[in-house]
Amino acid sequence: MAQIFKPSANTIAQVSLLGGAIVPLSVGLGIAALSRSPANTKVGVPLNQPVPFSHEHHVGQLGIDCRYCHTSVEKSAFAGFPPTETCMSCHSQIWTNSPLLEPVRKSYETGTPIRWTKVNKVPEFVFFNHSIHVNRGINCNTCHGAVNDMNITWKGNSFQMAWCLQCHRAPERYLHENEADTAAGLTPRQQVFNLYWKFQQDGVKHLDAHEQDLISGEDPVSFDKDEIAKGRKLVNKYGVKTQQLADCWICHR
Amino acid sequence: MSRWAPPSSYLVKAAILSGIAAASAGCHTDMWRQPKLAPLSESTLFPDGQASRPFVPGTIPRGYLREDSAFYTGFVNKKLVTKIPIPVTLQLLKRGQERFNIYCSPCHGRLGDGEGMIAHRGFSIRRKPGDYHTDRLRTMPIGHFYDVITNGYGAMFSYASRVEPHDRWAIAAYIRVLQLSQHATPAEYAEAGGPATTTP
Repeated sequence: MAQIFKPSANTIAQVSLLGGAIVPLSVGLGIAALSRSPANTKVGVPLNQPVPFSHEHHVGQLGIDCRYCHTSVEKSAFAGFPPTETCMSCHSQIWTNSPLLEPVRKSYETGTPIRWTKVNKVPEFVFFNHSIHVNRGINCNTCHGAVNDMNITWKGNSFQMAWCLQCHRAPERYLHENEADTAAGLTPRQQVFNLYWKFQQDGVKHLDAHEQDLISGEDPVSFDKDEIAKGRKLVNKYGVKTQQLADCWICHR
Repeated sequence: MSRWAPPSSYLVKAAILSGIAAASAGCHTDMWRQPKLAPLSESTLFPDGQASRPFVPGTIPRGYLREDSAFYTGFVNKKLVTKIPIPVTLQLLKRGQERFNIYCSPCHGRLGDGEGMIAHRGFSIRRKPGDYHTDRLRTMPIGHFYDVITNGYGAMFSYASRVEPHDRWAIAAYIRVLQLSQHATPAEYAEAGGPATTTP
């Protein structure tokens, strides 16, 4: 009887054993990496818009408060998106001949809203509320990245569940107050917006380390023991129910 | 010697396809994109394509009947009110300061002198934003400021959709604060307990 296996079958067996372990593993890791990469999450990818609106210019250079346009961010789940009328409050007088603003003028004349491309969204089974976060002093940049740096707006973070849970499992690592602002009587909510004003006036000079992280778009997480202890005090002060903060129903209802 | 024959390409394709089909049975996006309407979402149901509907003309939501003419228009019997129709407290002034800095200061400046950033960036070329520190505006009934925020004035748009009535009065009250602060005599300044200053 002839040999069933040639000598090369040894190599094939070894390679296929190894391949059987490596291939599924690398496919799994590959899919995981892909789903976390900007190709899927769009983090850091400026999206095309009908009008090249620059947050960098309006926030960083002109010092216009976030709430001038996003009027309901302090009191509603939805931050509020400015109607064309808000743009025209200034642009009826400024840059009135700019071709870049043609879609804005057209929208105002015809009463047809501009179709902006949505940059930040969560799946529809997630119920995110802006007001509760802002009122606990969570800065816009904590989630949205360095908005003050964005010439064309991009998504600052993945908004995947693992990302949300980083803070929901340990809010003391993210809660922060500026001591000078607190001494001046500013509530956590007021400090959120005061940051941009301070930055627009003085740059990063007088900002504390946490605020500098925010302005530069770094993850403003604290690993320092003292900072975490301060954060824990704020958790108590604001009455944050840490026991429930990572429960399913907090975000999924 | 019999060699192992590769399966026909038909069988391979069928196996791959049924594998994909079995795996993708678990994938569906009807939870990600639910047939519900969010703010600003589109709808094919209405001619203007918008899901959010304006009120039917004449609709008054419960609790929104605006009977109090002084509070909601700044006018009583077609005359501007001269007194703020709500109690003026330090809290109200602080609220007014905050709202003023958000919505008014880009053009009017944080001092109310019409020298805001947007004014400097070109608004003033056509028409300088109002300076509150003129005799005309110092003697203007307070209802005027409420009315201007509500209905706009000159090149200024209405801020009614951005600033709620209570906040409009808070801003009006704060404008009076600014007017006082920029028009105080040294005696008044000292009386108010201002820090000593060397400049007259």
